Amino acid sequence: MSYHVPRAEGEIDPTFSGGATGGYPLWEVFIRAKRGLNHVHAGSVHAPDAETAVLAARDVYTRRSEGVSIWVVRSTHIHASDPDEADAFFDSDKPYRHPTFYEIPEEVGHM
Amino acid sequence: MAADTTTHAPALLTFLLRLADDNLVLAQRLGAAISWMPDVEDDVAVANLCLDHLGQARNFYTYAGRVEGAGRTEDDLAMLRGEREMLNAVLVEQPNGDFAHTVVRQLFADAYQVPLYEALTASADPELAAIAAKAAKEARYHLRWSSTWAIRLGDGTDESHRRMQAAVDGLWSFTADLFATDGAEAELAAAGVAPDMDLIRARFDATVAEVLAEATLAVPTDTYQRIGGRTGYHTEHLGHLLPEMQSLYRAHPGAEW
Repeated sequence: MSYHVPRAEGEIDPTFSGGATGGYPLWEVFIRAKRGLNHVHAGSVHAPDAETAVLAARDVYTRRSEGVSIWVVRSTHIHASDPDEADAFFDSDKPYRHPTFYEIPEEVGHM
Repeated sequence: MAADTTTHAPALLTFLLRLADDNLVLAQRLGAAISWMPDVEDDVAVANLCLDHLGQARNFYTYAGRVEGAGRTEDDLAMLRGEREMLNAVLVEQPNGDFAHTVVRQLFADAYQVPLYEALTASADPELAAIAAKAAKEARYHLRWSSTWAIRLGDGTDESHRRMQAAVDGLWSFTADLFATDGAEAELAAAGVAPDMDLIRARFDATVAEVLAEATLAVPTDTYQRIGGRTGYHTEHLGHLLPEMQSLYRAHPGAEW
């Protein structure tokens, strides 16, 4: 059985098989809660293509007015850091990198 | 209250019950579809559709109760009217069937409700216009969901195309009932309360033609149409749906939970 969705070319992996849900690729969902804020990772959905993934994300993650904008990206397009290298990546013992050694004039107030 | 509401009260009551019953029966069908969808994402999607339609039904019933002026509440109107009193179009009482049938029934209902609600936002009846304004936003999303799936499945695999065409062919003969009228709509249209239903029909036809064309599905040429729902003559399915939906309220009138 061939999978052919012309309007979403390239978005379906033709090697998918199995049941309906098992056959849909995974998408990571990012929601912007309101104008001016960043899109924040909210979770993931299964969907056959990007447009359907946005609809699914709307239904699953913005039911209670959580957002004003949705991004989706194929989970396979996320490249993550290696947890085993966390020590090398995230050595936090460098307090001099925090701007805590500057005197901030009182007139500036909170920065 | 606006003058047209009292002048055309019988016609307005009939029209409101038609709007309300469409939404209540469709909500009941969609509620029963939860957990039967192809994936959990669409279980959530049909639950959202269900709740939107239920909310619209409540608004129309509440207003209908006030127009009637006999003290009937939204629950009374929804739960204590029998099959011959229900004025929904026969389309919405059709069974869920497979996913294709659920999608196509929704597509036809949405293609009807979007132009209807949008037109009603300009109603001379301010209460009706306010209810329609909220409902129109929901209906536009519903149409996006149903048309997206119709296109994906119609122009999908051989099997999904076959099932979608079967659903379109099977449900097509229930579409004219959406627009069937005994004169209430025309009376309200003359007063500027309701739109000209011929214009709604034209937009319905245009939407359906556009979506089905992109879905590579054929618009049926079979012209047989089963009408009667708007005056209480239903298909066999509503008689099974109502007792299940109404039994609790009929056994415990006024129950709250």
